[in-house]
Formats: sequence, structure tokens, C-alpha cells
Amino acid sequence: MIIDPSHAPSLGEVIVDARGIQKWFGTNHVLRGIDLKVRRRQAVMLIGRSGSGKTTLLRCMNFLEEPTMGSVEIDGLRVEADPLHGSSRARQEQIRQIRLRAGMLFQEFNLFPHLSVLGNLIEAPVRVLGKPVDEAVAAAEHNLEKVGLSDKRDEYPARLSGGQKQRAAIARALCMEPKVLMFDEPTSALDPELVGEVLAVMEELAHEGTTMIVVTHEMHFAREAADTVVFMDEGAIIEAGPPEQVLADPADERTQHFLRRFLSAFPDRSLDIHRG
Amino acid sequence: MTSSVPVVPILAEIEAHQRRARLSFRLQSAGVWVGLAGALVFSLWVMGKIHPDFIGTWGPFILGGTWITVLVSASSILIATVLAVLGAIGRLSRNPLISGFAGLYVSLVRGTPLLVQIFFFFFVLPEFGVVLPAIPTGIVALSFNYGAYMTEIFRAGIQAVPIGQREAAESLGMPERLVMRRIVLPQAFRIVIPAIGNDFVAMIKDSALLSTIGVQELLWRAHTVGTRHFRTLETLLIAAAIYWVLTIVFSFFQERLERRMARGDR
Repeated sequence: MIIDPSHAPSLGEVIVDARGIQKWFGTNHVLRGIDLKVRRRQAVMLIGRSGSGKTTLLRCMNFLEEPTMGSVEIDGLRVEADPLHGSSRARQEQIRQIRLRAGMLFQEFNLFPHLSVLGNLIEAPVRVLGKPVDEAVAAAEHNLEKVGLSDKRDEYPARLSGGQKQRAAIARALCMEPKVLMFDEPTSALDPELVGEVLAVMEELAHEGTTMIVVTHEMHFAREAADTVVFMDEGAIIEAGPPEQVLADPADERTQHFLRRFLSAFPDRSLDIHRG
Repeated sequence: MTSSVPVVPILAEIEAHQRRARLSFRLQSAGVWVGLAGALVFSLWVMGKIHPDFIGTWGPFILGGTWITVLVSASSILIATVLAVLGAIGRLSRNPLISGFAGLYVSLVRGTPLLVQIFFFFFVLPEFGVVLPAIPTGIVALSFNYGAYMTEIFRAGIQAVPIGQREAAESLGMPERLVMRRIVLPQAFRIVIPAIGNDFVAMIKDSALLSTIGVQELLWRAHTVGTRHFRTLETLLIAAAIYWVLTIVFSFFQERLERRMARGDR
């Protein structure tokens, strides 16, 4: 199934274009041919049961996981899956260029524990992009303010709460000025009371027009912040469209089933889409 | 220990009591050490095996070997650390030539006695025109040997850094070498510092083997003076006591360093 979520005319040109992504782990067919286009300023939320391939898809798109087949294009650079010659120097450089275009956020934050928050934020801009230190620091301070962590500039990650860590990680990704931000279940490792502060930052980014792809189980957030919701099941995209369609009035039986089960598990998180 | 203001008076009393108990325990066990060692030395003196004037005359000369022992061990642990970092990166390399070379180094060194390696550097290198004085030869041999053992320590340390650290760095577009140098190695160092400390203590003692090639460290001096004056009991006792004190002093600092790092920002 080819899905070009182009229902929203206000979005820009296609900036992420994944084609025919397949991934096998041994004999396990985890991704069964995924096509996904993301336009500039679009916020795409990937939902589905755990094990449906959402995270693997995200990791294949910046080659943390080598796809078995298919190709990924980000901002004009296309890289083909090449599981046989993946580690050649030229290809590693191509992959690095893809990663420079795509910021990645992890469930476990993965801040560098031996560097201060500021150190985390300026490390790559200075050493990878070659930015002068004072410029990198200024950008870091700007982004820290954006995520509400200006006062934590000189703290070490060990002294931050989970929510603060994830916000610092978002600021770190922003400092590289990526074309798209990819979030892999960014709130799944957080205590419930800390989820809100991270989602608030992400929602603001989405409203500002940051291009993002988010793997999430937070349906409320998806409804509020997504331009497009993509439902995945068993390694395939089942259904994609605006949240009020996919979440409130899903066409496919599997989507209905997933949402029904989700709602019965979280009765307080009703998806009263039509309210507003 | 952070002492806070106790809420209830009895808490202060309990804390004071526990502190006294800990102190008393420590004093008693220290008493055992001092008492037993003193009794041994005293009985040897009573038996006429220990002569204070002899020790007074030659003690300082033997003590002077401490500096050689410390110098050789400290230089060797530094060079060995460099070798170990290179060795560990080599062992983990995807390049079969580099990995094979590093693997051979580790296997060869761990599979042969340290004394054989010391003799090799001392007697065989000159045949190829490389003539080094005893001390540099000793440093080369010890570094070479410990570098191999520490390669395995560093390899484990590098592998103990969570994979997510590497993925995060790579996702920021950092090339492989930069990821290793700036993200993985600094964290691996923290992990292996206790093990390096243990190896340093072991190296202080292994440096005694260098007496066989004429490095004038502690054991060489004790042995030379002892055999010349037929007083090996006294000279070896002095040397042993100095090695012992050295390791105790170093272990003390190591413990403090470890405690500080455990408290620090990880």
C-alpha cells in the first residue's frame, strides 16, 4: 500500500520519502514493504501494537537498523538498503549525511552522562558541523530556553529528572538543525507525571511547523498534535489520514480493534475527537 | 558521610554509638596488625637475627630503591594504558588484519611468562642493535605485558558502555572515530579505573622481577646487600615491608578515588 498523506494542502514539499522498506530479523518478517512520505511541516504519528514494526521502521529510516530492502530519501539524498555492503566507507558517509538531516530521540534519552547539558548540546555542532564554540553555545542556550531548561545549562544529566532529560535530548537534536525530528516512544520510559512536560514541548514544536515523525502510544497527544496518524500492524501500514479520521472513524477493522482495546485499557483517555 | 540534624534526640545517640562502635572495631583490627608484625620483628631481634645497626647502615640504601620501583611502575602503567586502549580498539575492529594483530598480541603476552618477556627484551633486542639501559628495558617489558592484560579490561569497558550512547552519537552525525574518542572512551575509562588500580598494585610487585636484569629497584638492592653481608633475612624483610606499605598507601588513594567517582555525576 502506498500512502502519501497529502491531505493537508498547507504542508510543504515531500522531504522524507521511504520506499518499499522491508526488514527481516532472521526469519522474522518485521517490515513488509513500507512506503511513507512526509512533507515539510508535517507531524506524523505512528501508532499500533507493540511489535507492529513502528520502532523498526523509524530506526530503518536513519539506518540505525539496516533495512533488508528499500530506500530512504531525506531532503534530496536517497540511500538504498544494502545489507551486503553496508559498512563500506562511502556508504557510512552517506548514512551519516542522512543522520545529519534527521534528528533522533530515544525512549531512553541517551544523554551523554560525562558531559554537562551544555556539553551535550554543543558537542556535535562544534565537532561535526564545525561551528565556532560561541555560536554553538548561543544556539544551545536558545534551544534550552525553548524546552524550558535554561537553568539546567551546567547540570550533569544524572541530576535531571526523566522529563528534563528528554527535553534536553530534544534541545540537543534541535541544535543540529535537522530537516526532520524522529521520536521513538519518547515518553514510554517516563513516570506518568513527567509525560506531560515532554509532550507539551513536542506539541509546541509541531505547531511551530517542525517536521516530525513520532512513534507513540499517547493517543491524546496524537489527536492534538498530528497532521497525520499512521496505523501499523504486522509490519505494514494499514491506514493513514488526519487524526479525526484514523482515530475517531477508522476504516479498517484492525484499526478499530486496536483503538477499542486501547480505550478499554485507558478508559480515562477518551478520544472524543468530535468535541472541538 | 552527610550528617543531618537529627529529628529525635535518640537518633543522635544511635548515630554516636554506631560511630564509636565502628571506630573501636577499626582500632582493634589495626591493633592486630601492629601487634602481630611487632611481635614477629621483636622475636627475630631476640633470636639475634635482626641487627639494628646493620639496618641503620643499609636501610636507607634499600629504601632508595623505592623511587626506582615507583618510577618504573608509574611509567609502565601509563604506557600500558595507551597500549591497552589501542589494543582494545584493535580487538573490536571490523578490520580482520587489525583485529588479528591485536588478538595475537594479547594471546602471545598472556601465554608466556612475564620473566621470559623481560629476558627477551633484555637479551634479544641487543642482537638486533637495540641496546637500551636496564630501566627503559624494564619499562618496555612491563608496559608490553600489562598492556595486553589491560587490553581485555578496556575491551570489556568499551563493551559495557550502553549501546544507546553510541546510537545517540551516531544519530547526531558523529563519525565512528569521534564517537569512540568523545563518547565511548571517556565512559569506558570510568568503568575500568578500579581495574587499572588493581593492576597498578600488581605491577608494583611484579616490578621486582626487573631485579633479574639489574634494575636497581627495591628487591635488587635488598638482594645485593643481603647476599654480600649474609644478612638476607633483614634486607628481604625491609624490602617486603616497603612493598607492603606502598600497596597499602596506593590502595588507600584508589579507594578514595573510587568512592569519589561513585558519588560523581555518572
